[in-house]
Amino acid sequence: MIEFKLPSLGADMDDGTLLEWKVGVGDTVTKGQVIAVVDTAKAAVDVECWTPGTVHELVAEVGQKMPVGTVMAILSESGEKVGACGTAAVSPAAPTARRMISPAARKHAEKRGIDLDAVVGSGPNGAVTLDDVENAAAQPAPVTAPKPAATPDKSAEMRKAIAAAMARSKREIPHYYVAEEISLAKALAWLQAENLRRPMAERLLPAAVLLKAVAVALAHYPELNGFFRDGSFAPAAKINLGVAISLRQGGLIAPALLDAGARNVTQIMQGLMNLVKRTRAGSLKSSEMSEATITVTNLGDQGSQLVFGVIYPPQVALVGFGRVAERPWGDAEGGLKALPVVTATLAADHRVSDGHRGALFLRELAELLQHPEELEGLEK
Amino acid sequence: MNEADIRAVALETLLAIAPEVEADELRGDKPLRNQVDLDSMDWLNFLLGLHEKLKVEIPEADYAKLVTLDDVMGYLAKKLEG
Repeated sequence: MIEFKLPSLGADMDDGTLLEWKVGVGDTVTKGQVIAVVDTAKAAVDVECWTPGTVHELVAEVGQKMPVGTVMAILSESGEKVGACGTAAVSPAAPTARRMISPAARKHAEKRGIDLDAVVGSGPNGAVTLDDVENAAAQPAPVTAPKPAATPDKSAEMRKAIAAAMARSKREIPHYYVAEEISLAKALAWLQAENLRRPMAERLLPAAVLLKAVAVALAHYPELNGFFRDGSFAPAAKINLGVAISLRQGGLIAPALLDAGARNVTQIMQGLMNLVKRTRAGSLKSSEMSEATITVTNLGDQGSQLVFGVIYPPQVALVGFGRVAERPWGDAEGGLKALPVVTATLAADHRVSDGHRGALFLRELAELLQHPEELEGLEK
Repeated sequence: MNEADIRAVALETLLAIAPEVEADELRGDKPLRNQVDLDSMDWLNFLLGLHEKLKVEIPEADYAKLVTLDDVMGYLAKKLEG
């Protein structure tokens, strides 16, 4: 028998509430299969099974709030004989599709005390829009007993979760910071040429090239990629880039772009688009929540010039990219030109690496970005 | 497709990306990205949405012309005529 426990969903998530079982007693499950949906302070997460087996018992009940490590289900191993014990057949909850609710609608509903479950969505895929909430608000309240307004304030919970993880980071991790200005003239020229010949749906953004360069550079700096746990550092075998994604309603999540080292720029772009979309729709997998080995924050074209990152424990480094802007750039002949430049920063854990290595990592990153066409071809 | 239809498609596409936007409060003559928090991926998704709904090609070189909602409307109208 295998105890299936609520996995850790990141440093800032100590507990979760079971929203839905995706399997029933007697079902065969495979490794990686989504077996439950659990709500956390940050997002609803699809919890994946880490082992193949057969569901013997569903222990956790829908609506139950439990700390990480709580036994949620009992699985029997493949081939294991399950005695015909009188396990009360727990029927899986009828799968309810996760509802899309616009943040504005959610906010408005909270303000007006409207039960979103009772609102019919008219948006794409049944999404509940602000108009739907307003229409519901205009309806006379049903005379039946009022539902308790027990909707916890999601944004307050998110803030608390971020506070807990970041306070732990600043308390435990001796950060050091290094920065490097990198010319993106070649990378952007390559992107422009690529995008000119690509159909619209396959266009690349600078973020994809930056992420690829980070993944390639990291291969030579294992001390920046991994986890610091129980007093020692363990480098990770794969490069899972946590990508900081801001949410429209406030707060942020940094889910992992898994095995970024094995993807080319095009695949990273596709993975990134998919990850951002699912993050904002609240449809992330547990592996994406817990397996990032380093975080990359890319402020994009609306951001500030550079960012001093706060490491997400138990990771040991964070790479930041500021806004790409035209800046004066001296060339080898002593000339001065205006070129698109980005400031890359590294915040890293001094228990594991030193500033000198951090600086070399950024130099390698800068060098890689001078040969963007090679990045697309590099798959390792 | 008249101007009102194009506007409806543009707003629908925008709202799918930024549901918090109050369409009535958008100024057509002010830079869109000063009024709505759109990062480069949101912007790409906005243009992709327009491309899919209206079957209009929007080369990257034209992005610079698309600053305000009025710019976008005018650009789409011209493309749909041609």
